[in-house]
Amino acid sequence: MTTPVLEARAVTMRFGGLTAVRSVDFTVNTGEIVGLIGPNGAGKTTFFNCLTGLYVPTEGTVSYKGTVLPPKPHLVTKAGIARTFQNIRLFANMTVLENVLVGRHTRTKEGLWSALLRGPGFKKAEKASEERAMELLEFIGLAHKRDHLARNLPYGEQRKLEIARALASEPGLLLLDEPTAGMNPQETRATEELVFAIRDKGIAVLLIEHDMRFVFNLSDRVACLVQGEKLVEGTSEVVQSDERVIAAYLGTPFEGAPGEEEAAEVAAAEAHAEAAPSTKGDTQ
Amino acid sequence: MTETKTPATPETPKTPTATTERGLIPLPANAARALTLIGGAATAASAFLAWTWTAEFPGDLTVYGYPGGLQWLTFTGGILIVLFALAGYGVRGLRWLTPAGNNAPLALTALGALGTTWFTVIAIAAKLGGLVNLEPGGYIAAIASLLPVIGAFALPEPTGDTTKETLRHYTAKAEKIPAATPTTPWQQRLIITAVTIVGLITFTYGIDTAYGELFIGYLILVVFAVWALHTAGLLDRFSHLVTGNRSFTLAMGFLAAIAFPFTQTDDHYANIGVNILIFGTVALGLNIVVGLAGLLDLGYVAFLGVGAYTAALVSGSEFSTISGVQFPFWASALTGAAASLIFGVLIGAPTLRLRGDYLAIVTLGFGEIFRIAVNNMDGDSGPDITNGPNGIPSIPDLDFFGFNFGESHDIAGFTIGRFANYYLLMVLVMAIVVLVYTRAADSRIGRSWIAIREDETAATAMGINGFNVKLIAFALGASLAGLAGTVSAHVTYSVVPNPYQFAGSTPPNSAFLLAAVVLGGMGTVAGPLLGAALLYLLPEKLVFLQDKSLLAFGIALILLMRFRPEGIIANRRRQLEFHETGQLDVPDTETLADEPAVTKAGA
Repeated sequence: MTTPVLEARAVTMRFGGLTAVRSVDFTVNTGEIVGLIGPNGAGKTTFFNCLTGLYVPTEGTVSYKGTVLPPKPHLVTKAGIARTFQNIRLFANMTVLENVLVGRHTRTKEGLWSALLRGPGFKKAEKASEERAMELLEFIGLAHKRDHLARNLPYGEQRKLEIARALASEPGLLLLDEPTAGMNPQETRATEELVFAIRDKGIAVLLIEHDMRFVFNLSDRVACLVQGEKLVEGTSEVVQSDERVIAAYLGTPFEGAPGEEEAAEVAAAEAHAEAAPSTKGDTQ
Repeated sequence: MTETKTPATPETPKTPTATTERGLIPLPANAARALTLIGGAATAASAFLAWTWTAEFPGDLTVYGYPGGLQWLTFTGGILIVLFALAGYGVRGLRWLTPAGNNAPLALTALGALGTTWFTVIAIAAKLGGLVNLEPGGYIAAIASLLPVIGAFALPEPTGDTTKETLRHYTAKAEKIPAATPTTPWQQRLIITAVTIVGLITFTYGIDTAYGELFIGYLILVVFAVWALHTAGLLDRFSHLVTGNRSFTLAMGFLAAIAFPFTQTDDHYANIGVNILIFGTVALGLNIVVGLAGLLDLGYVAFLGVGAYTAALVSGSEFSTISGVQFPFWASALTGAAASLIFGVLIGAPTLRLRGDYLAIVTLGFGEIFRIAVNNMDGDSGPDITNGPNGIPSIPDLDFFGFNFGESHDIAGFTIGRFANYYLLMVLVMAIVVLVYTRAADSRIGRSWIAIREDETAATAMGINGFNVKLIAFALGASLAGLAGTVSAHVTYSVVPNPYQFAGSTPPNSAFLLAAVVLGGMGTVAGPLLGAALLYLLPEKLVFLQDKSLLAFGIALILLMRFRPEGIIANRRRQLEFHETGQLDVPDTETLADEPAVTKAGA
């Protein structure tokens, strides 16, 4: 086995009398894509917030590459975990480029004095930051919109930009909170490819998602949270066929007729939308 | 680049066709246009008549053949109307005045001239007690100034469903401003220089207005003239010119600021100038805290007070409780800034963990604590540090290598008085603050301030230590205010606790400082300076408002927030925040030359 990037041990989060996350153990290994599923209110986002230091877990520890993380968001990011948010939280009135530059914050160190004195070091660092940011924008395909305000981007591009901003902090682990929420099938597929591309850069990915096709296609491992507890964890097949998961979350049997029909419908719609010439990819 | 071209013009009224467009006032288009021209000329000419019989009304409007006081404003308004009317006729050499060829600038200048003229006439009647005090010239001016307005509103414009909508067409900015003809760098600099000179003259005139009526008339005309230039698209063109020549414009701005005392014969106006500069500098410091980092600080004036008191204590004043100490100015300026910085950190450290409203209330409290503490540190109710309500008087004037700031000096034939000396020193301080502001704003730290303002949670998730970054903003703002405070202590001879309150009828106080920032335009350099100038001049010139000035400000602020929430000078971000205008933020790719693309190609 490879070394774990993220290791959560017995993480428990209580809000007063409510236990949102109950003693969850969880690991993400290098180069893995791990999915986190579960019904609404299962504590997925709370668990994310515990991992990223937005919440201080009532019990348990979170460690990144062997070192225990302090429960401060900025220190967690500095250590190498970056995240996106369920409801997009871009810096709406900053440009696309500036958003990514803010993501570079932890990997640069020019302080106030350096900004005021504007020595050669400052200019070099600014230039390097901008080059790195532009690389990332090219990676997600938004380089041509560098000077647009983030708020004016279409929804799908805002999601992408948020990922680019997170990547700018050069993370070893990227946490994506519902990256395809509100996306159409094409955008979802593009996001799938983007996540694979991120993994190929050597960044582990942990994602919360409700789009089951997306999760099970993408993930090496899937964990299911129900009522704050981890019900099951394993490969897509294991989780899909687990009766408790079906009962608590997936509902109707996944391989049953209605599900397949639906999937076929979606595939047909996608093929249709992709227009005539490209008929290679929609055989499945 | 393909998507950027989505046109933002829904109705494109390119070539006005007489069938769908007509004037609000039924007149043939030719007659309407002629009326504006003739009316403008008549308005300008009417300024040469006598408007009243007695010199009791300030400005002496009794002379035939020479305008006086408010008549100059009517004259200027008339000339502006004539210029815009001629531009409307397409006269060669004036076409640049209305690049989009819209009629709004003409209508607005006509309204401006009407405003000043009628204000003058009414003021004469009100002040001297009745219309009988008007000479025929007054009536002629009133009627003459009405003509261009009638003419302008008879010009064809697309009619809306309601009169209100139609009126909006008459004052709307041109939808598409054609690109300016390319100019060489030297021509650009020439234009900037010319604009700076006009700006300096306009501004100097405003400061030098000797009585309230003149100032009001001036304000009416300036507001409408600037509005007209805005609708003509000239302000946009100029700001584009400025972005291409940023450092040159900044240099010209400072040259103009330095030139101001040389245009003054009376040191009283230099006094107003130096106070505006102090006020503006502190407002610019507050702009870092409020405009960039988004921290609402309602006790900011306390830092000005800390700087002023520190400078007073080490100034060598015989009333200073630290007797016998006299720092040279550079040392006392640094001490003042450092003391403010320490206070900023002390106040900021516990309070900056709070967000939004809580922070505002706590800073408000700390601001008041400063004033009350200073009031009580008189030896009776506390340690004897500040002499309580008596303050520290007789602060000696500064002395730089034998150049005494308290005396008048003759420089190249110009007499530079005491306040002018301090004014020039303050220009230097302001230059430092502007430099600090612009450099800090455009850097990693500045971006993190804006990020914190936009979304604190997301910013911390991006690795920004929110508390640290906010504390830096708070401390930097505080030390800049402290720096300005050290000069203000010397300018005013004495420091007393009273001015450093939350709200009062005269600047600077925390409420006015905040108002200057919000009114002028958050997050810009020129905005707070303009806001400070306005907020200082209004109570200074409109003495008759007295204790009602706060009420007047309240109303003015409400109106401004209703109609232009982003402030007089809008930051690009703010403008877009308040006015959803679709793709307007797209860098001007087609209409104007784009520099960003060049850097992009290099990246």
